[in-house]
Amino acid sequence: MSRLLPFIGFMLLAALFGFGIWWNTQHDPNAIPTPLLDKPAPAFNLPKLYEPTQTVSKADLLGKPYLLNVFASWCIECGVEHPVLQAEGPTLGVQLVGYNYKDAPADAKRWLAEHGSPYAVVIADEPGQTAIDFGVYGAPESFLIDARGVIRYKHIGPLTPEVVAKELKPAIAALRKETP
Amino acid sequence: MRLSPCGSGFSRDVLGMLRQKASRLKPLPQGSLLRLLLVILFAFTGTLHAQAIEPMPFANHAQELRFQHLTHELRCPMCQNETLADSNAPIARDLRNQIFKMMQQGKTDDEIKQYLVARYSKFVLYDPPLTRGTWLLWFGPLLILLGGAGVVLVAIRKRGRMPANGSSGPRPSIDNGDDW
Repeated sequence: MSRLLPFIGFMLLAALFGFGIWWNTQHDPNAIPTPLLDKPAPAFNLPKLYEPTQTVSKADLLGKPYLLNVFASWCIECGVEHPVLQAEGPTLGVQLVGYNYKDAPADAKRWLAEHGSPYAVVIADEPGQTAIDFGVYGAPESFLIDARGVIRYKHIGPLTPEVVAKELKPAIAALRKETP
Repeated sequence: MRLSPCGSGFSRDVLGMLRQKASRLKPLPQGSLLRLLLVILFAFTGTLHAQAIEPMPFANHAQELRFQHLTHELRCPMCQNETLADSNAPIARDLRNQIFKMMQQGKTDDEIKQYLVARYSKFVLYDPPLTRGTWLLWFGPLLILLGGAGVVLVAIRKRGRMPANGSSGPRPSIDNGDDW
């Protein structure tokens, strides 16, 4: 038995390291869990990208759930996410609100003209001040906000077809169940 | 993982690590090449640190020191192995400006930390508070140390008892494969 002890110790360590590797492949180790989940979204009042004289506030968007998608023309992974939003956006059943983050309006418009816009409306946060209230620290990030203005789901990094199918769509379905 | 404009974060980290290692190797042979290299390294880290922070109109030197101290205690959510003080990420710059603004408003360090934790979770604290979620982080190493001490104690006791058994003849029992 005592001869087996080192071997058992080794196997325990190997199992621990194996678990560590498995665990890191299961989730994005750089994603920070948001403390804002299931809390009211912060109040905001931001200009529209295409009509900067008009603003959109949190109150304006209440009543219907929407997906707030943080993007920027400088953001490389937004280009990865974009085709997914274009393809899946119409099937989600919620409004897509684009949140242009720390971007020059001209660059953002050029980017959307080039790639196409999946958004019903695009709001612009060039200074990035409101984004701090949302706990945004990069792009892309996506917030699912329900009809009462509560953040129900957040995804950090690009939405992939897998994430849409396994996380986003079930989250939207859950919203629909409670408000028929 | 998101590609991010982390600036020269990586190289700065490597330099930081070397600098830490170097400070541990204090007693160097006089006039060695290594010392020369270290001098060059130190010169580099200095300039790199200076780059990360743009000058801010502090009210006085004490406030500047307080700002430096606070930003060194907070972690950049984007470039996650850097402090807010060191990081070149856009979000780090925004958060530094926010901290500066809050300091001008007379907010205390705790209030500023609370503000950031409410948005970016406890992740941003380099010195995590002792809570139910972090006790393993704080006391885990102590538990492992105690466990190791226990194993050593048991092994010593076992060995101490062996000769006292008074077994006659050759005593192969002492070498029972325990000496790993």
